[in-house]
Order: sequence, then structure tokens, then C-alpha cells
Amino acid sequence: MTAIPLRPPRRLVDLTLDGEPVRAPEGSTLLDACRAAGKDVPTLCQGDTLTPKNACRVCVVEVEGSRTLAPACSRRVEPGMEVRTDTERARHSRKVVLELLASSTDLSTTPGAAEWIEEYGAEPDRFGAEAARVAEEPKVDNDLYVRDYSKCVLCYKCVDACGEQWQNTFAIAVAGRGFDARISTEHDAPLTDSACVYCGNCVEVCPTGALSFKTEFDMRAAGTWDESAQTETTTVCAYCGVGCNLTLHVQDNEIVKVTSPHDNPVTHGNLCIKGRFGYQHVQNHAQNQD
Amino acid sequence: MARNRQRDRQQKQYPRLTHPLVRDPVSGELRPASWDEALSRAAAGFRAVTAAHGPDAFGMFSCSRATNEMNYVAQKFARVVMGTNNVDSCNRTCHAPSVAGLSAVFGSGGGTSSYGEVEDTDLIVMWGSNARFAHPIFFHHVLKGIRNGARMYAVDPRRTSTAEWAESWLGLNVGTDIPLAHAVGREIIHAGLANHAFIERATSGFEEYAAHVEPWTPSVAEKVTGVPADAIRDLAHAYATAERAQLCWTLGITEHHNGTDNVRALINLALLTGHVGRYGSGLQPLRGQNNVQGGGDMGAIPNRLPGFQDILDPPVRSKFERAWDVVIQPRYGLNLTEMFEAMEAGELRAVYCIGENPAQSEADTEQAIRRLTSLEHLVVQDIFLTRTAELADVVLPATAAWCETDGTTTNSERRVQRVRKAVEPPGEAREDIDILCELARRLGHDWEFADAEEVWNELRAVSPDHFGMTYERLEKHQGIQWPCPSTDRLEPTYLHGRLWESDPARRGARAPFGPVKHDPPVDLTDDAYPIRLTTGRRLDSYNTGVQSGGFASPLRRGEYIELCPEDADRYRVEAEEWVRVTSRRGSVVAPVWIDPGLRPGLAFMTMHFPDEVDTNSLTIEANCPIAGTAEFKASAIRIEKLPVTAVRS
Repeated sequence: MTAIPLRPPRRLVDLTLDGEPVRAPEGSTLLDACRAAGKDVPTLCQGDTLTPKNACRVCVVEVEGSRTLAPACSRRVEPGMEVRTDTERARHSRKVVLELLASSTDLSTTPGAAEWIEEYGAEPDRFGAEAARVAEEPKVDNDLYVRDYSKCVLCYKCVDACGEQWQNTFAIAVAGRGFDARISTEHDAPLTDSACVYCGNCVEVCPTGALSFKTEFDMRAAGTWDESAQTETTTVCAYCGVGCNLTLHVQDNEIVKVTSPHDNPVTHGNLCIKGRFGYQHVQNHAQNQD
Repeated sequence: MARNRQRDRQQKQYPRLTHPLVRDPVSGELRPASWDEALSRAAAGFRAVTAAHGPDAFGMFSCSRATNEMNYVAQKFARVVMGTNNVDSCNRTCHAPSVAGLSAVFGSGGGTSSYGEVEDTDLIVMWGSNARFAHPIFFHHVLKGIRNGARMYAVDPRRTSTAEWAESWLGLNVGTDIPLAHAVGREIIHAGLANHAFIERATSGFEEYAAHVEPWTPSVAEKVTGVPADAIRDLAHAYATAERAQLCWTLGITEHHNGTDNVRALINLALLTGHVGRYGSGLQPLRGQNNVQGGGDMGAIPNRLPGFQDILDPPVRSKFERAWDVVIQPRYGLNLTEMFEAMEAGELRAVYCIGENPAQSEADTEQAIRRLTSLEHLVVQDIFLTRTAELADVVLPATAAWCETDGTTTNSERRVQRVRKAVEPPGEAREDIDILCELARRLGHDWEFADAEEVWNELRAVSPDHFGMTYERLEKHQGIQWPCPSTDRLEPTYLHGRLWESDPARRGARAPFGPVKHDPPVDLTDDAYPIRLTTGRRLDSYNTGVQSGGFASPLRRGEYIELCPEDADRYRVEAEEWVRVTSRRGSVVAPVWIDPGLRPGLAFMTMHFPDEVDTNSLTIEANCPIAGTAEFKASAIRIEKLPVTAVRS
């Protein structure tokens, strides 16, 4: 019996990327097509497990016949589309967007940011020191993860992951308007008084390190965080029978953080508090205890 | 009310075991020993007991927390080295009734669907399961299903956070699942919604079943179950008319003295409606331990050889006898529950306990500890000095299977996935398979396994359902669901599609209805014990807490006796006030928590903090006669205010 249900078939759509003819499955985004063609289009807010929010505008490209630049992360491919990823106009736009982002937020822990700033010749300093959107100390109100909103680019990925796209806990949302907009718990309460269930799925999708594991935060503060010395090994969670995949980040034989593979059919990158944070028992050694 | 009481009540912390321990014959205390001494002591004890009392005086507690490969070697150790089928694991305390019920009906004990199907189904019945807490990422798939338009019904004595997502909550009295299921079945039949084409073609015993459920009108069931008749009718019609439906359950169904009957009662509903063997329609017992499915699949159960093959089947047995060059006892061994009873009778005298903590996880813990203490020889292999390990003659420090070894585990949707070594174990701790092989060697069996993959390939050679799963394919496909008999294709994600075949030969054995009888909880409430105590899990803690207690959870608040506001008023107790909780077996003190999701007469506790509040000293060891699982979910208790002088600060 061959009764394996198939998803509706996907046609391939013909389009051109920077003058080169390419084919991409219908329904895929320009960003998908660019990546498939080996083109590096920068993006901050795109999340492979989330519906595109096109908030950061770093990934804009030119689409022939379109008045405005298009965010590659959310624009779907169409037959006959002519797309240019590296035009003067697109590069200029990315440069300014990077300047605006980097002048108002701390991108020091954002993967790729420094390289893009250099590549696009962005000069964030030209807006002056007072451009900082949020100037406050990191919020350290629990033992598991830290919120540092001076690093937040308001991409809303954490809101989507905590809300209806995955976790459905709705512990965090956007408060305020315009320049005052910021990610917040209800009534700006400490996490420990919020609806948060510490799944860390918001940390998993945060692109800038505004949300970070307490272990990483502490080690960065102590100057001992060294990603080049870390190994990543994917294994299966030791708790319930659901079988979530965990990627253990190990430095000096200690698990320093746990992420989850986004393309995994069991978890799609999500975990619960036990899977994400419940590893400590294996490294509780007698000499480390009070 | 403070949502998260900060960690002012400390949970016991377990440090990793780093050296073998042996009990000193002079002092009677456990003392550090070399591996050589510990292994020699362990082997000598097993040898002495079986020499004097025969192979069945030995029992193996295998480990649902360890890899498939370790479970394969552990059951082989019991059968080949010790010559007994007395091997089992903690599946006995949780989902053995699911395995027993499913295999009695369909010939296979695995859940029939996969997680992805839950996203595409039309109706989800969560019966006796707080999946939002106990299986959170499975619940993500449920939430996707709900977002895709599926309706969910929650059947649970408690109005849990799972029930908050339901279209309808059927708050039944503890232990009345069978009357409720029967009433649902009767309503389906009377409304003309039974799938007679499926029933006639693929099932047996329908007439008997229909007659059996006939007395259970919705109004009769309402009186017994406490669920309004209209809600019963509504569930019946929703389930029967859904194009696709998933029926999911957990320990609320299985941890009863008639757990297997409960499971059969639910399966009857799937047979009645044809909600099995199709994409999106199926039966899902959500397994509680990371490898409880795999442990059984690997033969670490007393009645099945690896690949869930029946020991009583002569061709199966002779296949293994050839593969292992040994005679296998042509009878079932003792399950975990029976092994404990055999300790009491003095028949079981030596136990090799790997990674289990029965001294705290068994119902009626005082009795369990007394029985373990009566053994002549107890060897415990674990990563911590658990309460069980404290009773041992030899303690062997092992590795944490999920991050310090390579191998595979099998999840609730039968997906075999790779686990990989990420860190080095502490001190002298050694891998389970390595320890087992060293012990086997001392008992005359020279097993050479270069690595876990070699064990896996030995298993593949004797288990047709696993044959197609090479490590290479497991990597490539991010895990593969069994059955997987071929190395060049994959089977459907669901089981028992055969039931829909038009060719009778391909359709195979009929799936029998189970006319099971309602049998209320053993531990009845009365004037002296007026409250029904049920047990379950919290989101951030796990089982006996030795693992989950190791991390600093902001949600953790220690053990409480949870009551509804009405009962708190009636017993004149307040939130956070310490009370004495007493059952017919034991007594503990715990503070009160008020949960409006409970109903009058129903209390809730967990077994996450046994070192602080030993909930299992209250529970009753009333076992399901088929599966051996105890009735953790239904104890009778009373609550007493403590004298002021005894109130803890």
C-alpha cells in the first residue's frame, strides 16, 4: 500500500536573478531563490520557522517594474520576474538601513552585522551617540535567560514565536508607539511575574542577542565566551517521549547553551523549559556544589 | 497570588556519581572502590544467587532513559548471560497498558499516528492528558492543528491548561473513563454514526460490544462520570462525524488498576468510527520517557524479544537462539510489578537495576523499599546516587545516555533518532554498554561491540521492523519511523493501513472490540478518606526530580497539595498553609495550593519532590492485572490542619 499523502505538487517558476535565468518552486520567496542560487542577501528579521514580518528591511532587492524596493524575505517568486539583488539602489538602501539600525541599537552580538556594515560602507556613527533608541541595563530577573533591549531591532520574531505561531503563551508583545515601541511583558513586569514558561523559543529566534541565555550572558561578561572553542552536537532530549532534537553547544566539556535544529520535523526549532534548560544535572559535580 | 514562589523551598540536589561504590561488609556503608573490585562483586553476587536458586532468581530493570542499543544489550544480558526473561523497565509504571491494549487489538503496541498528522486532522480528543504541560512540543503540533481548524475535546478530571484550548472540557470523575467511553460509543451507534463498512470488514465482536454498551445511556453515564449527557452526545457526534480524528491519551488512562481496560475502551471508539489506519486518523498514547517506546521495542520486556517479537512463537525463539547461540526460556518472564512481588515471596533474590529509581517511583514506596532491602544482591547502575542506589550492594557510575554516549532512541511517534556524545563523562563513569559487556565477560560471555552502531546492526539483523534503519539513513532522514523493513523505501507515517485493504489476505487479522467492564478505583473514598487524590506532572519538573531538580527553574515552587477553592473553604485551610495529607498507606505534610481547575472532592499532587514530600507513600499499589501498572491516579485521602506548633516556617 502506497498511501503516503503528498502535499500539493509545486510547480517551478522561471525568473531571472541578476540577469541569470533561475527556477524556483512556486510559493517560495525571493530570499529562498537567492539562497538557492548562492547569493548572499543580508537579513536580520527573517526567520526560517516564522512567517516573514519584513520588519528590518535589510534584505531589499529591486524587482523590475516595481516602484519600490521589495523585501526579499516576504516577496514570493512570480513567473517572469526580473530581480536584481546588488544594484546601486539596493546597496544604498541597505547601507542606510544598517546605519539606522546600528546607530540606534547595539549590534555587537548580531551575527553578520559587522561584515555587512563593512561591505556596504555603512557609517552608523554619523547620527551621533544620542541616536541610541534604548539605553538601559540588561534585565536579569531569572536564572535562565536575559533580556537586553539595547540590542533589540524590533523584528517581532520573539513575539511571533511566543504568540500564535508557536508557543501560544503570549507572554511578550510590543508596547508603545513609534520611537517608544519596545518588546515588553504585560505591564512591563519581571519575567517571573509574567506568563512566561521559559521555553526559550524567543531566544532561539532572536537575531541580535537581545535575548540570550544566562550562561552566555555571564560568560560574555567574564570574557570566557568563545564560540570558536565550542562544538555543536545534535542529540535527543532526555525528558518526555516526544523526542525533541537538541543541539548542545559545548565549551570546555560544559554544555553552555541548547538550541534546536529548525528543520527538524519533531520540534521545528522549539523546545520546552526542560529541553532547553534542563541539562544542568549532567554537569552537577560534587566539587561544584555548595 | 504570587505566580512563582521563589525557590525558598530547596529541592535535593544530586551530584554525579564519579566512582564505583561497594557496600563494606564490616561497616555496612557504601565506600569507593575500583572498577575491578566493583565489577567482581557485582558478578559474584549474580553468580551466587543464580547458582543457588536458578536463573529466575535474577531480575533486570532496564532503562527507558537509555539508548535502544543499551536496552538491546541489557535484555540480551538477562536472557543470554543470566538465562531468564525477567527483564522490564519503567514502562510498567506508565504506558504498559497502552502497549498491552494496542497490541491485543492490532498486534503492535506503538501509537498509530505521527505528530504531523495532528496538524492535518479535524478533531483531537485529549483524554486523560495534560499535554500542554507533560508533552509541550507535541502540543505545538496540536496547536498547529487547532490553528488549521481542528477542534479539540479535553477529557480530564482537572480543567488543565490543555483544556483551556479545547472546544469542550469533559470533567469526569476519576476512574470513570470506561462508562464515559461506553456512553460515547452507545451514542454513536444509536445516532447511526457507526462506520459499518469498516466494522464489518476489519473488526470483530461488534454485536457483543453494542449489547455491552447498551445500558450506558448518556444520562446513566452522567450520573457515574459527572459529565453532562449533552456533552457526552456532543463528543460522540463530533468524533464520529469528523473526517479525520486523533484520539490521544496519557497516564490519566493508564495509571489505574484497570488501565488496559481503559485503553481498550478508547480503542473501541476508533474501531466504531474507522478512525484508525488512515492519514490523520489514529490513536496516540503519548509516551512519558524519552525511550520508553524503544526499551520495549528492543525486547527489554518480559514477553517480547527485540522487534516486539513474541517469545512464545517457536520460529521467533529459534531465530534468536541461533543468533545468540543460547537456549531461550520458552515462557514469559516476570514484569516489574511481578518482580517486586517475587521479592516479597523470596523468589527473586538478585536485581540489576540500570537507571531506574523504583524506590521512589513505585506506588506505595515504603513497601517498595522494604522489598528492595530484602534482596540478597542489588546492583544499581546510574548517574546519581538515587534513593534506590543507596540500597545497593554495588553502585556502578554510568554515563548520561543522551549526551555522553552514541546510539538511538525511539519517540512516541515510533521515530528512531540518533543520540550523540557531546561531552565526556565525569570521573570514572563508563558507558552502560561497556559496563554490561564487562559484567558479561566476568560471567563467561565475551561480547565485543566496537561501538553502538555495531549493536544496532546486530539488532537490525534480528528485527525486521528495524532492518531498514541504518545509521546512515537515520542521519539522512532525521530519524525514521518503524516499521522500516527495507533499506530502500519508507513506510507510511501511520500504522494499520492494512485494515482498509479490500483484499482479505492483505487486510490480515481483524481488530477485536474489547467489551470491558466499568470497575471503580480500588481505594474508595469514605468518611475517613473523603478526598480523591490524583497525580500528574508539572511543566518544569520531571518524575522523581533527580534530573529536573538539577536546574534553576523560575517556575518551580516545590510540592503542594492542590485543592479547589470550595474545598479549601470547607476544610478551613488557606493557600501556603501546611497540612497533613493521609491515605490508607501513609502520610505526608505539604502546603496548600489553590487551583480553580480542580473540582470539589478532587486534589492533585506530583511525584517530583519525593525527598521533600513523598507523594508515592500515599498512592496504592493496586495493579492492572494485564499490564501491571499501579493506580497512581486514584487514591483516597484526608486533609488535616496541623496544630499551630507543628506549622513549618
